[in-house]
Amino acid sequence: MLGYTITQWLFGILSFLAIMFALMVVFSRSPVNSVLYLVLTFFCIAGHYLLMNAQFLAVVHIAVYAGAIMVLFLFVIMLMNLNQDNEPQKTALSKAIAALIGGMLLFVMVGALKGTENLNLQPQSNATEIGLVKNLGRVLFSEYLFPFEIVSVLLLAALVGAIMLGKKEVKS
Amino acid sequence: MINGIHINYYMMLSTILFIIGAIGVMSRRNTIILFMCVELMLNAVNLLLVAFSTLHNDSSGQVFVFFIMAVAAAEVAVGLAILSMIYRNIKSIDTHLLGNLKN
Repeated sequence: MLGYTITQWLFGILSFLAIMFALMVVFSRSPVNSVLYLVLTFFCIAGHYLLMNAQFLAVVHIAVYAGAIMVLFLFVIMLMNLNQDNEPQKTALSKAIAALIGGMLLFVMVGALKGTENLNLQPQSNATEIGLVKNLGRVLFSEYLFPFEIVSVLLLAALVGAIMLGKKEVKS
Repeated sequence: MINGIHINYYMMLSTILFIIGAIGVMSRRNTIILFMCVELMLNAVNLLLVAFSTLHNDSSGQVFVFFIMAVAAAEVAVGLAILSMIYRNIKSIDTHLLGNLKN
């Protein structure tokens, strides 16, 4: 099809959708809509992971982000009863300045990446099976066993901290 | 080249996603949307880490992304707990009202 392979078409479509949904996250006025667009962005990024044959990360990404974090966001937004009417807005001037700074940052970054398309980086081997659960699990539980255990402590600390912060203060 | 896609395109994509997140952090006043934009920036970096890990055929990058996801989950849990506590005290999550924390 027009000289592009099916993978390249998928890459293009997923990239376009991811950028569009990310823009909608920033520019939609209602916070609930922002959360829903962010979920769609995360699905597009999971599609990118699948294209790169990182199946474990794609599944974990959907489970953690779309399944857990976004539900947490939605619950908090609904608890606070935020909607379009009481949404605080910055002035047009500071929005324009933010867009200008972002545009300049984009210009610098794209300029810095300009020479890289001639870089002939090839994969070390064609067998890209490192993203499968089998290989990743072996690395995770041999080389990275200690950080893995530390992460469980971190999650426990976050759990206790969230409960401590969230509970009502007892009047003494 | 990853499956026929040059690594340059992945760099461009994650740069654009990161900058959209940065613009969101700079141009919004709702703290929850600021959090979401931070998540977007984290995901842009994750995408590039996975791309380079696939390119170099090295699992370490993907393990790193796994750890970043765990840290992001912890950060969001604590951050949203702090936000809901602030909302309980001052009935708003506007960043302009959070300027003076001592009141």
